[in-house]
Amino acid sequence: MARSGNHPRGNVSLERRAWRIRRYAVRMAAVQGQGYIGQALGVADILAVAWFHALRYRPDDPAWEGRDRFLLSVGHYAIALYAALIEAGILPEEELETYGCDDSRLPMSGMASHTPGMEISGGSLGQGLPIAVGMALALRHKRNPAFVHNLMSDGELEEGATWEAAMAAAHHRLERLICIVDFNDQQADGRSREVLSAEPVEEKWRAFGWHAQRVDGNDIAALVAAFDRARALSEPRPRVIVCDTRMCRGVPFLERREIAHFVRVAPEEWERALAALDRAEPA
Amino acid sequence: MSRGTGKAVRRTTSAMIASLDAEGRETREAPFGHALVALAREREEIVGLTADLAKYTDLHLFAEAFPERFFQMGMAEQALIGAAAGFAREGLVPFATTYAVFASRRAYDFLCLAVAEEGLPVKLICALPGLTTGYGPSHQATEDIAIFRGLPGLVILDPCDAVEIEQAVPAIAAHPGPVYMRLLRGRVPVVLDRYDYRFEIGRARLLREGGDVLVIATGFMTMRALDAAARLAEDGIETAVLHLSTIKPLDTETILEQCRRHPLVVVAENHSRIGGLGEAVAALLLGEGIAPRFRQIALPDAFLDAGALPTLHARYGLAVEAVVRRIRGWLEE
Ligand SMILES: Cc1ncc(C[n+]2csc(CCOP(=O)(O)OP(=O)(O)O)c2C)c(N)n1
Ligand SMILES: [Mg+2]
Repeated sequence: MARSGNHPRGNVSLERRAWRIRRYAVRMAAVQGQGYIGQALGVADILAVAWFHALRYRPDDPAWEGRDRFLLSVGHYAIALYAALIEAGILPEEELETYGCDDSRLPMSGMASHTPGMEISGGSLGQGLPIAVGMALALRHKRNPAFVHNLMSDGELEEGATWEAAMAAAHHRLERLICIVDFNDQQADGRSREVLSAEPVEEKWRAFGWHAQRVDGNDIAALVAAFDRARALSEPRPRVIVCDTRMCRGVPFLERREIAHFVRVAPEEWERALAALDRAEPA
Repeated sequence: MSRGTGKAVRRTTSAMIASLDAEGRETREAPFGHALVALAREREEIVGLTADLAKYTDLHLFAEAFPERFFQMGMAEQALIGAAAGFAREGLVPFATTYAVFASRRAYDFLCLAVAEEGLPVKLICALPGLTTGYGPSHQATEDIAIFRGLPGLVILDPCDAVEIEQAVPAIAAHPGPVYMRLLRGRVPVVLDRYDYRFEIGRARLLREGGDVLVIATGFMTMRALDAAARLAEDGIETAVLHLSTIKPLDTETILEQCRRHPLVVVAENHSRIGGLGEAVAALLLGEGIAPRFRQIALPDAFLDAGALPTLHARYGLAVEAVVRRIRGWLEE
């Protein structure tokens, strides 16, 4: 069955996709009473646009040779990708109950060996882009026109391997490689700009030979335009979309909380978070 | 292990923030961080470096106490070790922290050439050694000792508890060459306080006598071995426990002396059965022609599961019950 892209469930707005991704993520985090909920809420709009606007895939055949590849370099964002995979119909919704549990297919750090739709094992941060470069080269070698997307974090901009791969991608003119940077200005020890600033980010990528865009990563229209541009561009260069996102986006009482790599959420607050999302349910 | 699609047990994965404290035992908070701050008041040449993990290696205490002596390298482990070598070349004594996986896997070449080959006094202090996180293979440093043991001149330490970490910090700083310490962080159990323990690099210490079996244990497996020995004693089984926290250089004299006295030797470590303390002891015994029955309690040669730490410790044989069961079995063989 050659259904390419977009989606079995048809006509759902991207806002609603993002909202459902957030809801699934909150329900998963509630299972463990912890989890990278701040990151998941922040990246939900990016995933909605990637998975329900940009990527071509078949929900019933996640290993379809013609699929656009989506690599989750930032392994601890698995909770967010699981939510998108549920929304995409690749993972069953009931399974979110097992997030982070013993012997679950949904471990807290994403692993290719565990989860359908998970292309790589991330988590040792900075490995995604080098792997994406290899996949993009291999796809070109196989004359397969699929795109390779790599989702990475601002923290991963500090790893040397990221820039080694960036250089190789430009050298090899990998025009079907799209790197997405979730710039939430947060990493383990604090605000990324204070821990070790990667600014000016777009200029760095451009200097490395990439086509670079920087957008508000919580603005769906801006994301759609950026993905369209990155995919349609004829320049023989790899593309990066640097997305400025806000952690905990969509749950106002968490957005106001002191933001950290681990956002603390009390047991009774998970219901409150769902209720807050529900009050803002998009059409 | 088969992975379910909905029937999984609800146990909490031990996140980065988890420590080994959930065992009803006295603990001390951040022993490494506090000991380093105390020492750094006297020794001005001590500096602290991290790769975006100060908060998760207890180095934040040092950063708060000595902001001008703390250097944040960002999440860049190779640059961390390279920079530490630079500090050491300029006469400072850098304590550099990250997780054991990233130090051993990503930064190894830098440790090898920039640090060890020069014999520079870089002190590498790494959290999440062996199986101390439920995060899966990306964070489980199950083969760090195997990687590091081959490095000439590197001292390798695997302390048991808060008492030992506190004592080790000044010894590490005083040692003239590079040192790698496997760090227990956060709330760390207190075990050795009742043994009048004195840490010394290269010194093993017999904590408990017993004629039936000798357990040579390192890291938190000493705590498990002592608990197991107490259980076995209820059945009249006498277990000697030799605590060995310096993996390299080995205290060969003490090991040989103790192994000569025991028909069954068990080496217990929080590490892959390949390339760790077990193999080091086995090679020593074989070389000396001493041949007790030899058994290993160690992690399998496999990528381990993700999950809750108690589940994983039981699954892979590091839990007290598993240690007791296996020693009993070996005694009955
Ligand atoms: C190579 C590597 N070094 C260190 C870590 C430990 N670590 C896990 S998350 C993290 C912060 C990385 O920054 P980012 O992904 O931007 O964090 P977030 O936005 O989720 O707070 C660090 C240092 C890791 N997983 N991999
Ligand atoms: Mg970040």
